[in-house]
Amino acid sequence: MDFSFTEEQTLLRNSVQRFIQDNYDFDSRQKIVHSDSGWNPDHWKAFAELGLLAAPFDEQYGGFSGGPVETMIVMEEFGRGLVVEPYLQTVILCGGLINMAGSEKQKSDLLPKIAGGELVLACAYAEPQGRYNLADLLTRAEKSGDGYVLNGQKAVVVGAPWADKLIVSARTSGDQRNKDGISLFIVDKAADGVSTRDYPTVDGQRASEIKFENVKLDAAALLGAEGAALPVLEAAVDAAIAGLCAEAVGCMRVLTDATVEYCKTRKQFGQPIGNFQVLQHRMVDMFMECEQSLSMTYMVNLKLDEDEAERVKAASSAKAQIGKSGRFVGQQAVQLHGGMGMTDELNVGHYFKRLTMIDSQFGNVDYHLRRFAAAS
Amino acid sequence: MDLQFTPEEIAFRDEVRDFIAAKYPAQLKGRRRGDADLTKQDYLSWHKVLAEKGWVAPSWPLEYGGQDWTSTQKYIFNNEMARAECLQLMPFGLVMVAPVIWTFGRQDQKDYFLPRIYNGEDWWCQGYSEPGAGSDLASLTTRAVRDGDHYIVNGSKTWTTMAQFADMMFCLVRTDPDVKPQKGISFLLIDMKTPGITVQPIITMDGGHEVNQIFLEDVRVPVANRVGEENEGWTYAKVLLGHERSGIAGVARSKQQIARLKALAADTSQNGVPLSEDPDFSRKIAALEIDLLALEYTDLRVLASESAGNGPGPESSILKIKGTEVQQRITELLVEAAGYYGNPYLRGMSYEGDNFPIGPEEAVGTAPEYFNMRKTSIYGGSNEIQRNIIAKAVLGL
Repeated sequence: MDFSFTEEQTLLRNSVQRFIQDNYDFDSRQKIVHSDSGWNPDHWKAFAELGLLAAPFDEQYGGFSGGPVETMIVMEEFGRGLVVEPYLQTVILCGGLINMAGSEKQKSDLLPKIAGGELVLACAYAEPQGRYNLADLLTRAEKSGDGYVLNGQKAVVVGAPWADKLIVSARTSGDQRNKDGISLFIVDKAADGVSTRDYPTVDGQRASEIKFENVKLDAAALLGAEGAALPVLEAAVDAAIAGLCAEAVGCMRVLTDATVEYCKTRKQFGQPIGNFQVLQHRMVDMFMECEQSLSMTYMVNLKLDEDEAERVKAASSAKAQIGKSGRFVGQQAVQLHGGMGMTDELNVGHYFKRLTMIDSQFGNVDYHLRRFAAAS
Repeated sequence: MDLQFTPEEIAFRDEVRDFIAAKYPAQLKGRRRGDADLTKQDYLSWHKVLAEKGWVAPSWPLEYGGQDWTSTQKYIFNNEMARAECLQLMPFGLVMVAPVIWTFGRQDQKDYFLPRIYNGEDWWCQGYSEPGAGSDLASLTTRAVRDGDHYIVNGSKTWTTMAQFADMMFCLVRTDPDVKPQKGISFLLIDMKTPGITVQPIITMDGGHEVNQIFLEDVRVPVANRVGEENEGWTYAKVLLGHERSGIAGVARSKQQIARLKALAADTSQNGVPLSEDPDFSRKIAALEIDLLALEYTDLRVLASESAGNGPGPESSILKIKGTEVQQRITELLVEAAGYYGNPYLRGMSYEGDNFPIGPEEAVGTAPEYFNMRKTSIYGGSNEIQRNIIAKAVLGL
């Protein structure tokens, strides 16, 4: 049993912290969010230079052969900085899918580009009718000659406006909610028949609704075995959940620290409001939720390689925990900051908004309680 | 004790229902208070229709245009307004300052201001909170110094709702800094066009512009615009806070919101089954409805006690706490029901778009609404302060 970090991991954390400190204070973050494109491609290049985009990949693909602990470190610090650039989507989720399911050619083509910051990806897995069920798919890819023809619609594809390519889940056989018959495709966003509706999200990111109308794909677009993608998709989403948990921990820690600091300095009735026991206990509860969430984040990141049932339990329990904790910490941070907590100007509300959306990403508390129960 | 409506009450309900159906301004249908695109004119269009009918301020004394309705009729009226999703008028003139004016104002103040409030000629805002005086309102420092027939006011007010539309502000100012904080406060009515007043928008985290900070720099206010005695303003303000609390339960509106939540849940599919049929989710809605039902009957008891001539007591803090908790919980569940579609931020964008819409229409704006409703446990005396009031004034702790 060991929860300590290696020297390299500590250096990694330091370098991410330094980047955030120098380039990603809250005002700079808000400028990025309100810019036309909504992200900063120069920061993306900087992430590549710092090796963050290469962290989880094997050396032969330009990576640093790290693993979930490395991406966890990056995500926690990104959570603290409210970073909007699509690290989770591109590196952890899509990079993970390519790493797990890709052919040798796909891996050696795509992973070095991800690591080098030349390729941004988004994963189009959700559909308007599907809610959190990854297998509830109406999007279909029909065989046509050597390739496929893709038709369907995808919902709230986070990071898609910035992406060059999409990884799209589609049905190659079977009925709407069958677990079999699901395949993954790498689709050029600029391909004929792909139309998008881009919009900002409430937590400062960008997303798209995407329609595929008779999009022609060649055989090489298939990622992994035809019809057998669901287990791969679930494993990659669980890895993304592990990263998301770390991001949530970063958000919660900032909120808890900021709230404690505020209550020590804000005076009402002739004393700091932190003197009031009812508020002290509230902040203790916030602190405990942070600690519990951090524990679960370590747990899930260390269990991603275990067998499927263990991995599912780890991911779902951690996700349920951070959903519950994130809501509490977010709401209380706003409440204890009073009117200031409600403002767009103060960072508190923005962390709260991000935590709210983290709960619904990849399935909310209810969904993961059930998934945990089913796997137990 | 009787929970049934009489035939007369049912006839009254139908009268209200028919009136709304015939007269509610078409351009307001489907709009909610807080909707960023609502203009002053939008609010006033509904205000004027109600004023014409004599229903804009049913709780006022008869001599100023109120109605001699029973508490049941008031209940029915509020229910029908909520049921039809009518835009709620802002309370600052009608509910908050008017009772202070008719209780403590001079005859000429009543004669001038009350009809203007009734007819919507003046839009009022509330100058209470300050950057340094929130929960501890009595520590306010905006200073008014006497200069002949005027006060010269300097300071800043904040969280001032809809001040961007306001013609008038009722304002608590310090006229004597050398006594106990509650003793040296006066209640002034300030014309917002007076030189020296700046209104600076505060954007809230949902992206909306409801509140403002107001800066007052050497603002000359006629002494004639003081309500009641100098240095007695705190007493008047407390009366006003009591009025602010009655009606704060928002039961009828919450019922309407639960109906909206159910509609969204019915329209949201989960594994091919509507979310409304999901046992976990429907249990959450049921728990919420039961909380609301308990609140409704507590509200009715308070209302009945008020009609029996008792002023709003410290028990009304229950209505503030429980009412806002229910309101917040509803929006929490709206976001839950919306799932991924809570995330799109479509302010200023058309829902339909050029080629296709984004998610179910009921999901649009659910998250901003949830964020916005966090204010309810902060404003009007935070819920922590309300619990202190109950602890002290009811339980004697």
